[in-house]
Amino acid sequence: MNTNFNITRRVALGLAVGAMALGVAGPAAAEANFSGKTVEWIIPFSAGGGSDTWARFNAPLLSKYLPGNPVVVVVNEPGGGSTKGTNLFAARAKPDGLTILGTSGSTQFPYLLGDPRVRYEYKDWKIAMASPTGGVVYTSPSLGLNGPEDIAMLKDKNLVYASQGATSLDLVPLLGFRLMDFDVQHVFGFKGRGDGRLAFERGEVNIDYQTSSAYLKSVQPLVDAGQAVPLFSWGVLNEAGEVVRDPTFPDLPSFVEAYETLTGAAPSGPEYDAYFAFFTAGFPAQKMVFLPGETPDEIVDAYQKAFEDMKADPDYQANADTVLGAYGQVTGVLAQALFEKGTTITPEIRAQVTGMLAAEYGVKLGE
Amino acid sequence: MVDTLLSALSALLTFQHLAYMFVGVGVGLMIGVIPGLGGIAGLSLLMPFLYGMEETAALAMLIGLVAVIPTSDTFSSVLMGIPGSSASQATVLDGFPLAREGQAARALSAAFISSMAGGIFGAVVLTGFVVIARPIILSFASAELFMLSLFGLSMVAVLAGRSLAKGLAACCIGLVIGSIGGAPATGEFRMIFGLEYLYDGIPLVIVGLGFFAIPEIADLLRKNSAIASGNALGSGWFQGFRDWWKNIWLSMRCAGIGCIIGAIPGLGGSVVDWIAYGHAVQTVKKDPKFGKGDIRGVIAPESANNAMQGGALLPTMLFGIPGSGAMAVFLGGMVLLGIQPGPSMVGADLNITYSVVWSLALANVMGAGICLALAIPISRLTQIPFQRLAPFMIVLICFAAFQATRSLADLVALLSLGVLGVLMKRFGWPRPALLIGYVLAPQAETYFYQALQFNSWSFLGRPGVIIIGLMTLASVFFGLRNRVDEHGHVVPNEDDAPDVPSFKAHLPQIVFAAAMAGLLLVALNDSLRHDFLGQIFPLSVSVVGLVMLAILMPQLVRGKIGHHAHFDAELTGDHVGQEGIGNLWGGLAWIAGLVGLTALIGFYAALLVFFPVFLWVRAKAGLLAVALMTIGCAGFILTLAWALSLNFPTGLLQDSIELPWPFR
Repeated sequence: MNTNFNITRRVALGLAVGAMALGVAGPAAAEANFSGKTVEWIIPFSAGGGSDTWARFNAPLLSKYLPGNPVVVVVNEPGGGSTKGTNLFAARAKPDGLTILGTSGSTQFPYLLGDPRVRYEYKDWKIAMASPTGGVVYTSPSLGLNGPEDIAMLKDKNLVYASQGATSLDLVPLLGFRLMDFDVQHVFGFKGRGDGRLAFERGEVNIDYQTSSAYLKSVQPLVDAGQAVPLFSWGVLNEAGEVVRDPTFPDLPSFVEAYETLTGAAPSGPEYDAYFAFFTAGFPAQKMVFLPGETPDEIVDAYQKAFEDMKADPDYQANADTVLGAYGQVTGVLAQALFEKGTTITPEIRAQVTGMLAAEYGVKLGE
Repeated sequence: MVDTLLSALSALLTFQHLAYMFVGVGVGLMIGVIPGLGGIAGLSLLMPFLYGMEETAALAMLIGLVAVIPTSDTFSSVLMGIPGSSASQATVLDGFPLAREGQAARALSAAFISSMAGGIFGAVVLTGFVVIARPIILSFASAELFMLSLFGLSMVAVLAGRSLAKGLAACCIGLVIGSIGGAPATGEFRMIFGLEYLYDGIPLVIVGLGFFAIPEIADLLRKNSAIASGNALGSGWFQGFRDWWKNIWLSMRCAGIGCIIGAIPGLGGSVVDWIAYGHAVQTVKKDPKFGKGDIRGVIAPESANNAMQGGALLPTMLFGIPGSGAMAVFLGGMVLLGIQPGPSMVGADLNITYSVVWSLALANVMGAGICLALAIPISRLTQIPFQRLAPFMIVLICFAAFQATRSLADLVALLSLGVLGVLMKRFGWPRPALLIGYVLAPQAETYFYQALQFNSWSFLGRPGVIIIGLMTLASVFFGLRNRVDEHGHVVPNEDDAPDVPSFKAHLPQIVFAAAMAGLLLVALNDSLRHDFLGQIFPLSVSVVGLVMLAILMPQLVRGKIGHHAHFDAELTGDHVGQEGIGNLWGGLAWIAGLVGLTALIGFYAALLVFFPVFLWVRAKAGLLAVALMTIGCAGFILTLAWALSLNFPTGLLQDSIELPWPFR
């Protein structure tokens, strides 16, 4: 470990001493104590992406609220569409709470789809925190819509969507639009949702979605100027595991409500199950923090408590909206529920989705 | 707007802000000097410190870093012929010959002043343009972006070297390498041969270092002498300024090119230096000696690569779309500071934009000033016998290479491409043409497919497409008339090159060309297994490459003595017949040794063995020197790795036993 060289460690020690002096360090003997240790937070993505930013936002707060104030370093292990770093964690991490993993939808999707590069098993791990996200689907006013209530007008239109790839997070809109029976041409090869938004603004595509913070910052002005029409939000999961309206967009219907407007019935059946599995893995359970499965409960609890406690921190509150996109990070029962729903798929549904992707989009998972 | 501009300046001009900017500039200069390390590594170094920093100070620091990397990366390009980062590969072509002629001072001062001018130009463009850039950026749709990637590819015409067939074949090989990994249209994985490493394609830094740095190191290691003979720097500090002043319009044109390429999202700036270089070659009329040490070949890329950063900030701040890897990290930094990019950057947050603008301008001045001050001490390095410098360079390049995916596979890829690079250099295959192909392959394929999807073939009628198409044709026309290679101008093609009149002597280059044909056949064969959308690009490219080789082969086999297709540095290079020239493979063998040792005991332990052994056996250094240099290098690498919080690639040893960092 690189304990001898750390500059931040001095800061951490200072904080620890300060905390002791204030008498809030708590009884340390029976519980987990990371004093003088370094926690490596493996992020299977390169520096600068969404997951990296998310981890770097959380790392100093985690250091501040974990017992003993360990140094928390973000270790980027990019490659293989995030499977490489995750495999590394699965093979190497010890159950001592000193190596944790941050995953994203891009880590969950290959697992759910049965990508041959995946050598990790979510069920082997314990969850410390889940960080949900949401998004809003919107269209071009040139299609004749005035608002979410006109969604049925999309039925016979030729829709074009800028996609990052059929196995990327854009699998969720792909499955969602199929479920709604829209005629959508997915044009692949886009580098990110921002890239897709640019294509929308250029008029090359007429349906798009953005994650909440990007929607508020970049699409809301378009909506106000009459250049975009919001349709629905993907929605969020409540503790019962039901899709409900996204509290960030209380005036917009959720995907499920929009489906009901369109068909008159609630969505169900194997196609909905497939959509729901990937939706959960991509939005409500998009980013999660894991510890190896044999990790003692007191260490897992210490992490959960730290993630819970940091929410009151002024540093958290100052930037949480920009980094997390208006969604609080969750722990405990809800996190566990999201974890289970976002990493579970029946073999039949997996076969159905991969079969559809292969038949209609020529996707092979690189066997 | 003017008020905001001025208040942003006064906010920046406090001791604290300037001090933070100085930190950024300092880190940027250091990162730039080290070959292979670029903006991504530099920004990752600073990211952990961003937390809780004040906005203006933090932005000043980040911009300071981004702005000066293309300034200081000139050092190793000019002094050693090893590109300091991907932004100054083209600078090598004329900068290094100038240094060998004893005009390093002139080349460096011209480069730094060009960098500064380019950087300030970029800042000025950003100032005025940012307010109106939105509609202009939006006017570049997939169709126009496809045409721009064709325009970039048209630079191959000027960089194709003596044999056009060879140049185009090299470009096709670059395009094939660039198409390894997921196909943009279908996501199916091409040419991965069951290797997980190839799923994502080969990273740019590996291609750049493998083709440009390794062959130089291998070459320099063959001669047991210092890089510069005699006076390392020469005189000519003011000559450099005068050179720049005389070519100020060239410098400004290239700065403009740099800005535009940077500003258009999705094009990526990694070939901006080659495009600027190509532009200089196409347009300069007065006694050009490009490739042999023409100062304009230094001014052009150096003006463009700094200006590009200003341009690249436009899409990053306005749309949140990073134009390059470094800009992606910068964007992450902005979000950490609580700044969400978007339209508000020219509205409510205009002051942030303008503090970025001022930081950019000031950092460029700071960077150029510091580089000028450091030029004399740094250039002393070239008086050290290269075999003493070599282990540092090898270790640094390997260190830079495994930043890509942080695995042993990076080093293996580096070595393999290094072998290819050494052979291409030997047989006169133009590596710039290959690089341009490699960089633009994904763009050309993706945007072509998207343009067809969005507009079908009618995209060809769009006015923007027609304009860029005409520019491309002009570029090809002027390019073909002004072709250059590493040895200077090659047009008109005269078949009077020095040659050795024997078929046996030509055999190595014939075998190499056949091997390249084999490579293209493998690509062709692989492409046949894919769906139409996944196969069409590699299929067409490999067919074109094979046609070029079908033209080249008979020329190589039957061409008369001195035919322009013939080239083998081992037959006709400057070193042939000289005393004390080592084996072509000596340098590569050492690098292979380090890679092999890494596979056994992990990178850091391998370094601790490799370094003293090299100095002792190869450089014949004294015991004390070996010890001191090993400690220095090991300490430096350790500090850098710690600051970047990275684990070194592991070997078999680490699979069997537990070791503490940095050995694990």
